[in-house]
Parts: sequence; structure tokens; C-alpha cells
Amino acid sequence: MADTAVDELDTFRAETRAWLEENCPPSMRTPMKDDEIVWGGRRGTFKNPDSKVWLDRMGEKGWTAPQWPKKYGGGGLTREQDRVLQEEMRRIRARPPLFSFGLWMFGPALLEFGNEEQKMRFIPDIVKGKIRWCQGYSEPGAGSDLAGLQTRCEDKGDHYLINGQKVWTSYADKADWIFCLVRTDTSVKHEGISFILFDMTSPGVEARPILLISGESPFCETFFTDVKVPKDQLVGKVNGGWEIAKRLLQFERSSISAGGFGGTGGSGILGPEEYAKQHIGTDSEGRILDGDLRGRIADHKMYAKAFNLTVQRQAEQAKAGQAVSHTASILKYGAAKMNQDRHELLIEALGTEGLGWEGEGFDSSAKKVTRQWLRSKGNSIEGGTSEINLNVISKRVLGLKDHQ
Amino acid sequence: MTFLLTEDQEMLRDTAMAFARDELPVTHLRELRDSGANGKDPSTRQKLAELGFFGVIVPDEPGGETFGLVGLGQILEAQGRTLAATPLLQTALIGASVLQLGGSPAQQAEWLPKIAGGETTFALALDESAHFNPLNVATEAERNGQGYTINGEKRYVPDGHHADMLIVVARTFGEPGDRHGLSLFLVPANAKGVSIQELETVDSHGAAHITFTDVTVKEDALIGAADQGADILEPVLDRAAIGQAAEMLGSAQAAFDMTLEYLNNRKQFGQLIGSFQSLQHRAAKMFTELEMTRSCVAAALSAADEGKSDVAELASLAKARAGELVHLVSNECVQMHGGIGMTDVADPGLYMKRARVQEALYGSSSWHRDRYAKLNGY
Repeated sequence: MADTAVDELDTFRAETRAWLEENCPPSMRTPMKDDEIVWGGRRGTFKNPDSKVWLDRMGEKGWTAPQWPKKYGGGGLTREQDRVLQEEMRRIRARPPLFSFGLWMFGPALLEFGNEEQKMRFIPDIVKGKIRWCQGYSEPGAGSDLAGLQTRCEDKGDHYLINGQKVWTSYADKADWIFCLVRTDTSVKHEGISFILFDMTSPGVEARPILLISGESPFCETFFTDVKVPKDQLVGKVNGGWEIAKRLLQFERSSISAGGFGGTGGSGILGPEEYAKQHIGTDSEGRILDGDLRGRIADHKMYAKAFNLTVQRQAEQAKAGQAVSHTASILKYGAAKMNQDRHELLIEALGTEGLGWEGEGFDSSAKKVTRQWLRSKGNSIEGGTSEINLNVISKRVLGLKDHQ
Repeated sequence: MTFLLTEDQEMLRDTAMAFARDELPVTHLRELRDSGANGKDPSTRQKLAELGFFGVIVPDEPGGETFGLVGLGQILEAQGRTLAATPLLQTALIGASVLQLGGSPAQQAEWLPKIAGGETTFALALDESAHFNPLNVATEAERNGQGYTINGEKRYVPDGHHADMLIVVARTFGEPGDRHGLSLFLVPANAKGVSIQELETVDSHGAAHITFTDVTVKEDALIGAADQGADILEPVLDRAAIGQAAEMLGSAQAAFDMTLEYLNNRKQFGQLIGSFQSLQHRAAKMFTELEMTRSCVAAALSAADEGKSDVAELASLAKARAGELVHLVSNECVQMHGGIGMTDVADPGLYMKRARVQEALYGSSSWHRDRYAKLNGY
């Protein structure tokens, strides 16, 4: 029986390879450029027309969401088949066809908590990249204490009425729909939260980009004034949203740590050891001349290696059915530290070359490092601060008690 | 490479954990210390032999199956948990590895069965200064008519105060610091001219300074080719570092578990001290370090079994990270126990004392960081 399974997987690999050869445009087999990332959506743009072809073909097959059920437009692949698909895509260096909060966070949660009608309605458009979603979680008064959120959602008989404000809403100015946490009961805290979906073009929705220290504006303040929402767009039970919210946060933390906040950052940015060699120099044996910096770079690289081995180990254990408890928090904490340390070392190794902001006179990849260094400061804040993750580890994993 | 144990390795791990817990608890180390045994423990050696722990990487027949270094790593981790003083790292890992990687068929046939049966124990006599520096060997082995004459001094040889056989790293060519010119010799600990100065060490495991004065050995005492000893020594030291890291992982885990239990029991200001956030976050950070080190040790053991090309890199990774881990956890264990942690009757101090020895052997964290950087071209 195992042999049959192996044969079937080999057949699948051959078919997949042939399909990718035929359908992945040559320019989609080159390293991703920052301005060619596809987020899809009603207002989605395709700087490189090939990226639309690639998204349409992959979306049609459901391979943007390989393991999601076929009846919702997903690929319907087994875990092993998905692994083969990823291997084959890596083999030809195929770009991911779609970046999407729908794929990474909302979709998995909706598949778990949504009703049949909601899944039929929303999942296929996520798979095909037709609708771009944003996440309405944090509020001015509810950051780490997320359950303290105040955005009101009143039952008006035939619809809900939403009033309030969200903040740090990633790409709210570009998204088509929002999955949003709202308060449906003000007399209790966690038990008074619901999980609701609505169109960002609904009257009363306004998104204003926030300028960050990095000079970029990936986040918005989002205001809701008397926004009417049909009743069938509430997911799960009224006042039952916190459970969904927490589950979704696990997907969010996993997707952050799996990506390691972007790892090498792509697009021509070298490792800190290379910049140190270049700008500080090496001795006759090739060692970076600044021994202290060299030691700290090695320490960081070893941390990164240990982190990656831990991601692999936990994936292997999960696959073998061994319990892996709350690893998302451990990995989120580690990923934030790793990426921040990396960028501090990059800036240090670059010296004044890493302190350019705009214009001529600085290497363009060095200027990118400067922006990314500033952006990385958010890694230990977004998706649960490092302190909140340490709370989760100490209470849920280590079993330490609350203050009485 | 895999992070998962086979069923056999899983059973071996369970056996080793139970044995350490039941037969070699920390109180056993205290007894050895207080009776002046200084780490010498013939009855434990006998029990380890009966369990077959000396032969974990030695096949019954050449080319046969073994539990591998992954299996041996489970035993070393288990004994690290209780700070057990056993000859396993020196004999079952280093002694067996030297013979497997460099021994002639005749040497293997003579010694491997004796290692596996626990009949003969070994100690690697390498360091000559207070810091690990494997090429810095001045001890000389000079050719004489029938073999070699060895002169020199070795410092802090683990198990050197009770091993039956010594593996002596000596120079047959060149100057201290040269890679070429090292040779490995098998020397009985009771050979004429071998003088063993037993050391009482901070961890109560003991060790020895060993002086070689005109010690003569026959040609067949040479392991591998003359002058080419580094080719054997380096992979053996990688394995030793990985085995030591496995033991350190066990010690760190036990010290952490002990600390966690204390945090969950000790009350001050009417509160469990484990409910204070400053302690919770430090505990959570230690736990993430533990999990990450566990991945490094498992990867290194597995890579060594499979003979992967990145064994050296993973050995340095495992030893450096395990060193930092056991340093951190043993210090926090004392601190979080407060005053009781400073007393001899409590165990935290024993873990801290053993940790510093573990950290120093086979390369400190900074030694391995330096090598990791070198291996990666910076």
C-alpha cells in the first residue's frame, strides 16, 4: 500500500512538473522584485503582465491554496502533494503568485469557523486573488490588551450597525473587505466580542494611511461611522468572536515566523558579514578586522541557524503527530529578535553608508537596509508584542500562575 | 537528517532516563563527593556495561546496525540531567570514535569489543594549557628503534584519573600550532613513565594532569598515519563537542525544571514568586533557548551519524549554544532559588559547578563562535 502511495506521488510530481513548465511564464521564474509583488483585489495592479497570467492560472487550479478543499476553489491536495508542489515550484524558482492576508490568516480561520454559505461565498475569491482582505483588530485603546476593544456593533433587527475606530490596519486603504473584531456586549470583556466581515466601500468606512519612521505607510487608521452590515456576515456565534480571533492570531504568528519577517529581504541586500568585509576589511586569513563585531555577527548567524532548525524540527514533529504546544509564540518571539538583530548588525556593518535616506550618493540596496532597519522595530510589536508572547509562553506552556 | 528518533532509539532513551533517575540521581554524585571517590565509581561502570551503554555506537559485527550517535546522545543527555559522573563520553564516544575513524583492523578487533563490554575505559590526553587549543601540542613522540618515546605534559584530562587506556596526542613533526605533525598513540595508563596527578575539581567529577617521561610504546600503538593525526582528531573532537552538548542540554533541562518547580511553589508577599512577570519572562526566554538548543543538538547528532559535510559547522553550533544555555540556566537557577540556591544542601550550585566544566571542555562558546565564523568564510 505504501508503494502505491509512493507511485501516485511520483505520478503527481511528473504531472505537476509538466504543468508548471507549460504554465509558469519565464519572467515568473526570476527573483521577485518588490514592486512586482501581487496582492490581488478589485483594484489590484500588475506591473508585469506575466504576473496576472501566473495568478490566473494558479488560481484556476486552486494552487494558491493547495490544501484547501476543492469545492471552495482550493487545490484539494494532500499534505504530501502540497510538499511536492512546493518542491517543484522551488525547482524552477517560481514566484509565489499571490501575497494575501486572506490566504495566510482569514481563510484558514473561516474554513474552521464559518458556515457553509460563508465559505462558498468568500473562499473562492481569496483563492483567485479577486478580493483583498484586511484585518481590523487593534484599536487606539486596545493594543496588547486586544480584548479591551471598543468598536460597537449594535443589532438593529435586520442589520448590524458599527461605530468605532481601528488602527494599524495593514493596507486598509488598498483592501476590498475587512475581517473585524467588534463589541456586541459591553458588560463583559472577552465574551462580548464578535467576528464580522464587511465591504470597505460600505458607506461610513474611511481609511487614512499612517506615515511610519521608515517613511512608508503600510498601515492605516480606519474609522467606522454608522456602517450597516448584513446579519449573515457575522462569523460564528454572536459574542463568540474571541475564540476565532485567537485562532487567527496563531495563523498570523505562524505566517510571520515562517517567513522570518522576510529573511534575506531579497533584492540585492547582503548579509552583515559581507558588508563588514566590504566596509571594514579582513585580515590575511579572511577574518573581519573588527573582532567584536565579527563575534556578534557569528552569534546572530548561529541564532538564525538554531531558529531555522527549530522551525524544521517542529514541522517534522507536527507531521509525525507529536504534540507541539504553543510553538507559534516561541517562534514569533524568536523571529522578531532575529530580524531586529540582523538589521542592527547590517546598519552597524554598513557604517555611514547605511545612514542614507534618499537621493544620490548612497548605494540603493544600502538605502533599502536603512528603511528595513526602521521597519524591523515593529516586529516585536505587531502580531502580539514580544512581551505578550513571553506571557503566553510562561502561562500556557510553562504553567506559571497569574498574580492573585 | 531527521529530528525524530527511531522506535529503538526511543526505547534506549526511556531506559537511559529511567536509569539516570533511579540509579544515578544527584544524591549519588553527592555521595561520591562526600566519600572522596572523586568521580571514580566502579559499581556504576559495571551497571553501564550490563546495560550495553558502552557499545551504543559499536556494531556487534563490522558494518552492523547500531543506535548511532543519536542513540548515544540520548544517554548523555539523560546523565546530564542528574550530573552523573560516568566514563561514557570518554570511552563510548571518544575512545570508540578514535578507533572507528582511525584504528587499524587489528586495533579495532582488539579494542572495540573491550569498549563495548565495558572492560576497558579510555581517556583522551590532549590539552596542554588551560584553554582548548587542539593544535597547540608540544608533547613529543620521538622515533626509537621499535616504536616511539613520548615526553610531555597534559593538563585537565577528563577521566584521566581512572581510565585504563590513554589516547595521547603527541607531536612527531613541526611546532606547537602546526596542523601537520600530530600523531595519536594508545598508551596504557599504568605504563612505565606515566605519572598521573589526580585533581579534585569543582564539579566533583575529578580529572588528572598527566606527565609522560620517556614513555616507550611499540609501533602498533600509533593510531592511523604518523603526522596525520589531525585528520582523525578533528572529526573526533566534533563528535566530542556534540556529545558534550547533548549532556549539557540534559543539565540545562533539569536545572530549568527545578527552577520552574520552585517558581510554582515558593511564596513571597503572599504570592507564588512564579506569578511575578519579571521572573515569568526570564523563564519564558530560557524555555525558548532550550527549545532552540534542542534542535541544534538533534541536528548535529543526526548529521554526524549520516556523515554529512556540515558536521563541523553543526558541532560548533551545538556546543556554542549549549554552552550559553547551560551558563544562563545554571546562573538563573541559583538566582531564582534565592538564599537557598547559595547553600550546599540545595542542588542549583552543583549544576552551576558542573556547567562551567562542561562549557570549557572541547571548546568554549567563544572558541566555537570563532570557528563557526571561519567555516562560513568571515
